[in-house]
Amino acid sequence: MAVVETRGLTKVFKHGEAGAVNDVDLLTQEGEFMVFLGPSGSGKTTLLRMIAGLEEPTRGDVLIAGRVVTQLAPRDRRIAMVFQSYALYPHLSVYKNIAFPLRAQGVPKDQHRQKVEWACGLLGIGDLLARKPRELSGGERQRVALARAIVREPAVFLLDEPLSNLDAKLRASAREELTQFHKRVGTTTIYVTHDQVEAMAMGDRIVVLDKGIVRQVGSPREVYDDPADTFVATFLGAPPMLLMDHGDVLVGFRPETLLPQALAETPAVTLSVRVTGVEYLGSERILYALIERGRFAGQKVIARLPAIYQGAVTEGEVEDLSVAIRHLRFFAKADGKRTEPRELAWE
Amino acid sequence: MGVTRRDRVLGAAMFGPALLYIVALVGLPLALAFLYSVGDVKVGSVGYHFVGLANFRSVVQSPNFRGALWHSVVFTVSSQVLVIVGAQMLALALRDRFRGRNAVRFLILLPWVAPISVGAIGWKWILDSIYSVINWGLVRLHLVNQFDTPMWLGDPKLAMLSVILVHTWRLLPFSTVIVLAGLTAIPRDIPEAAAVDGAGFWRTHFEIVLPMMRPILNVAVLFGVVFTFTDMTVVYILTRGGPYDSTQVLPSLAFFTGILGSDLAEGAAISVFLVPILAIVAWLMLRVAHRAEVV
Repeated sequence: MAVVETRGLTKVFKHGEAGAVNDVDLLTQEGEFMVFLGPSGSGKTTLLRMIAGLEEPTRGDVLIAGRVVTQLAPRDRRIAMVFQSYALYPHLSVYKNIAFPLRAQGVPKDQHRQKVEWACGLLGIGDLLARKPRELSGGERQRVALARAIVREPAVFLLDEPLSNLDAKLRASAREELTQFHKRVGTTTIYVTHDQVEAMAMGDRIVVLDKGIVRQVGSPREVYDDPADTFVATFLGAPPMLLMDHGDVLVGFRPETLLPQALAETPAVTLSVRVTGVEYLGSERILYALIERGRFAGQKVIARLPAIYQGAVTEGEVEDLSVAIRHLRFFAKADGKRTEPRELAWE
Repeated sequence: MGVTRRDRVLGAAMFGPALLYIVALVGLPLALAFLYSVGDVKVGSVGYHFVGLANFRSVVQSPNFRGALWHSVVFTVSSQVLVIVGAQMLALALRDRFRGRNAVRFLILLPWVAPISVGAIGWKWILDSIYSVINWGLVRLHLVNQFDTPMWLGDPKLAMLSVILVHTWRLLPFSTVIVLAGLTAIPRDIPEAAAVDGAGFWRTHFEIVLPMMRPILNVAVLFGVVFTFTDMTVVYILTRGGPYDSTQVLPSLAFFTGILGSDLAEGAAISVFLVPILAIVAWLMLRVAHRAEVV
């Protein structure tokens, strides 16, 4: 096991253009499951590929287990990677796919079968060994790719959107399996995804990236509840945090904290809203509304009413909804960064 | 909408010329060749008598024919090995982006687009016994004696080497393009996964890239084999089969015997002799192409 560190890691693809990755300083913990989360083009995959050694950094260093590996080839970094496409070798059987890293690393041949069987046992694919990749389902391919990654016991796992090729149902169970798998092997893992649900569910810590810049590093709870800036606040959560303009600050709260007065904590602020639409989703109701009075009149808001609230909500009616003061978040309007809470003039 | 009568007539009219062309220029000569090979036809003779396999018997017993068959095999196998190895190297070099890549690709394709006779005549001068630019270079580098320069087309061994190399030069661009297509069809992830898995260049190339390219490579090789086995351009222009028949291959022998030697029947027998061999090769070619589709 090992920690991964990046120091001022930068990648500029075309001279004179903005970097794909800019001055990224990160340090994982031993055995941590770290997630790189960001929209497409945020540089998360480029960052991962630089750690893997598949992309040469323009500036900066990568350290694995305290050793600078920036100039080393991928194979000398003691890493294993699972690609988005799985990149299984199509002409080799599952057994040979999984044994390939052992052969390439010069592991004595008499140990191959035992190690392959161990990896397959962990992932429950022992009965697929004779098949070719094209004879496997998406979920099976993903497991073979994982088995190939784990078989030589790397210091670090790098996973590039490994679940994005699975259908939605399979993805949820694969997510859970991957978490269990990580707990069992305990290897430091870096996981790239654009799916915030995956990031929240799996990550010990999440690195939120945008335009090649690290916006925030923190536990799922931290990045969700205490976003460092407006990008993180609006990127995470579906629907995202509502932001309202208040002089030199933006004030925001999450849709699930806007509740009927009966359910809201106190102290709270109350907003009279005119309901413009209701979506019944079973586990909750999504409410679309416009603020009726006061300073924010005309502002669009979204609320998520939990199923335990049975009160009728009708389109076109005016309802009073409240947000607990402790759920309000404040951002400087100038740079979008988080600022101190303050008294607001709601009227 | 069904196919109307008019469509069918139009289809036949469009297809007709191509059919006529193939029957007249390929079918008819092929049928004649078979006919001649079992007859007693000479240039200028008027009658035709069926003689069975007499021509084949006579041909097989001739040392010239056996020599040419052996030369054909050497010529084909050597040039194909060189072409495939060379095409791999060129394709690997041309896969990655670099300044001037398109210019280099264009230059490499040039021998393929230029008429082969023009290129071969150029080579005839390059390999000339007196004016050879290669010998001039070798003499200046003090690698050979000025008064005992290699006779590229006059020495049996060197002549074979020369026709092989010139034929390789001619086929290389086409094979490079095919191999390059096969190479670029491999997703970038796969060699990258191999690199992360610990494989170096050679292991990645021989255990991952080459096996993945095998179907397309097979097609390239089989095409090259058929093409080389039936072609006589380079031999005819450079050496006319000489010296002492040391570069005589089956197509050139058939030409010299049948056309220049007026023995049409024996010439036909020599060329028809190739048909079963090439039929097997073609069958393999189609089988491989079919398998490539299925994978």
